[in-house]
Amino acid sequence: MPLLKPDPTFYPSPRLAMQAPPEKHAFVAALNSPGSELNDALLVVDVDPESSTYGQRVGEVKMPEFGDELHHFGWNACSSALCPYAPHPHVERRYLVVPGLRSSRMHIIDTKPNPRRPKVVKVIEPEEIFARSNYSRPHTIHCGPEAIYVSALGAPNGDGPGGIFMLDCETFDILGQWEMNRGPQFLHYDFWWHLGFDTLLTSEWGTPNMIESGLQPDLLLGGKYGHQMHIWDLRRRRHVQALDLGNEQQMVLEMRPAHNPTKAYGFVGVVVSLKDLSASIWLWHRNNGTWDLKKVIEIPAEPADATNLPPMLKDFKAVPPLVSDINLSLDDKFLYVSCWGTGEFLQYDVSDPFSPKKTGSVRIGGIANRTPHPKNPKQPLAGGPQMVEVSRDGKRIYFTNSLYAAWDEQFYPDGVGSWMVKLDADQEGGITFDERFLLESSDYRVHQIRLEGGDSSSDSFCFP
Amino acid sequence: MNGLWPWLTLFGLGAFHGINPAMGWLFAVGLGLQEQKRAAVLRALPPIALGHALSIGIIIAAVLLARISVPPFALKIVAAAILFAFGLYRLFRSRHPNWVGMRVGFGDLTLWSFVMASAHGAGLMLIPLFLKSPPQTLAPQGGAMAVHMHPTHGLEFASFSAPSLLISAIAVHTLGYLLVTAVVAILVYERLGVGILRRAWFNVDVFWMLALMIAGLFILFL
Repeated sequence: MPLLKPDPTFYPSPRLAMQAPPEKHAFVAALNSPGSELNDALLVVDVDPESSTYGQRVGEVKMPEFGDELHHFGWNACSSALCPYAPHPHVERRYLVVPGLRSSRMHIIDTKPNPRRPKVVKVIEPEEIFARSNYSRPHTIHCGPEAIYVSALGAPNGDGPGGIFMLDCETFDILGQWEMNRGPQFLHYDFWWHLGFDTLLTSEWGTPNMIESGLQPDLLLGGKYGHQMHIWDLRRRRHVQALDLGNEQQMVLEMRPAHNPTKAYGFVGVVVSLKDLSASIWLWHRNNGTWDLKKVIEIPAEPADATNLPPMLKDFKAVPPLVSDINLSLDDKFLYVSCWGTGEFLQYDVSDPFSPKKTGSVRIGGIANRTPHPKNPKQPLAGGPQMVEVSRDGKRIYFTNSLYAAWDEQFYPDGVGSWMVKLDADQEGGITFDERFLLESSDYRVHQIRLEGGDSSSDSFCFP
Repeated sequence: MNGLWPWLTLFGLGAFHGINPAMGWLFAVGLGLQEQKRAAVLRALPPIALGHALSIGIIIAAVLLARISVPPFALKIVAAAILFAFGLYRLFRSRHPNWVGMRVGFGDLTLWSFVMASAHGAGLMLIPLFLKSPPQTLAPQGGAMAVHMHPTHGLEFASFSAPSLLISAIAVHTLGYLLVTAVVAILVYERLGVGILRRAWFNVDVFWMLALMIAGLFILFL
């Protein structure tokens, strides 16, 4: 039944969304560790500092089948429902759309009335996704102004091309492939858009066959993983421009466009450079009607003793930063960068997007360092900062430590562990650990986090 | 005075359509904010009004034509059924239009406004005003095309031939619509800000669809 007033978690602009009340719950994708017989689950974590169960798991819902590998997920509806060209703000932000990256099965999970007791209310089987979209391995979810957009890494047989398909935001029916003309695009990973410019952007990782059995060194050294981003006409669903970062820039992953719809720029992270194992952040921006790229941050590899390194890295005697996720605060001021390899987590002031300034850094885990958390300073931690989420007001940062099951083992062969932590962010710059918040799990690995009511990567806005 | 009521009703329904954020003022505000120019708000108004006028104009023209060839009783039943069914369907299946795009020109905006008005049944809401044929015996001028003012009903148009009635009706309705659209758009752009959407965007669709269903029933008793 439609609401009589807009869902209170919808905000016309990112500026207004920053005034949202602090979140009380976080939903976390939890996947079984290799060898485990547990079905994957969505965990509910208490993030209300006033609560007696702060920083603990307070609920979970198990997936109906084994082996989904939950990864990324998103809401059925968000602030984009207020967009003026397709307004429907009387729907509820209520359901989480949770794909299994390995199984291609999608789950619709109801988070109401009790967010601590979420329920699976609909399952879309892989065969239906294959038949209706000709895609598989659904991944990123964004609630668009007129439908839910889902990225998919490949075709049903595990090759390319990957792309985007659409879901109806009320019935969750699959509406089919999004692309009308994909041009040269073949590899796929993340996507997002500039709604004010009718522009959609996609990035490149690899086809399912290139990633599912682990990172393949021959493909990597041959520069075969993704190294481009693509610009699309959102309205006409046509490929417009390919931007090549260069063969040596391997794996172009998370895309964070400016939240302000009048700004035509954004940031994308590159996992590793074949030249020197560095990682980098690139700025895309509109320049006289076409789009340009510029590398604005480079994070060098760190020398390390070969005895502390997994077989894959021993010869290099260095730890690559492996930037796997980035996130941008709703005021477009701070960019957060996860270095899953070195275990560093960075904050940059990107008020001037062309020249970011480093304003904060903490360390936890890391391939060579194994830095402990301040709550338990004697216990070394495996894994590193990975999926990061920023609260709407920009004051709290949450992140987890697992990357992708098959790849975790290659970089952390003695076990990646499982933890989620929280940082407090100074609005003038600077980040510190919340010493009360270290959630470790012995049963699941943890991946993407979504905050109740929305966060800094869940909503799109049509008003500045 | 009775002769004014149908015109005021048309004007008032225009205002009612105009106040709905989904009917155009919000898009005008969005375009203004995107370009950070008040001129962009104003530039959006003519095509938005034109699209709306076309949408309701087609429905009025259809009714005036039907009035010539369809027996009054049958017309009444069909119109009542259409209004009621449309209202009921939209009440329970609130599909929103699949329009995509903020970079719109005059033609796009006209089409968008036409689609939005049509999808919401804006023209349907006006049907009851145009159903009543002039009493045959009293038609003073122009035969069946003229509409006579009936002493017991307020909602009839006096002494108009169909083409001029069509043009005048579109003009009066669209004027009411445009005035409210323009005033709300400027007010929100200049003063109130889009934050007001969170507090004041009542689900007018629900009332709108109920109004259509009530109008459908009302027709039966005309």
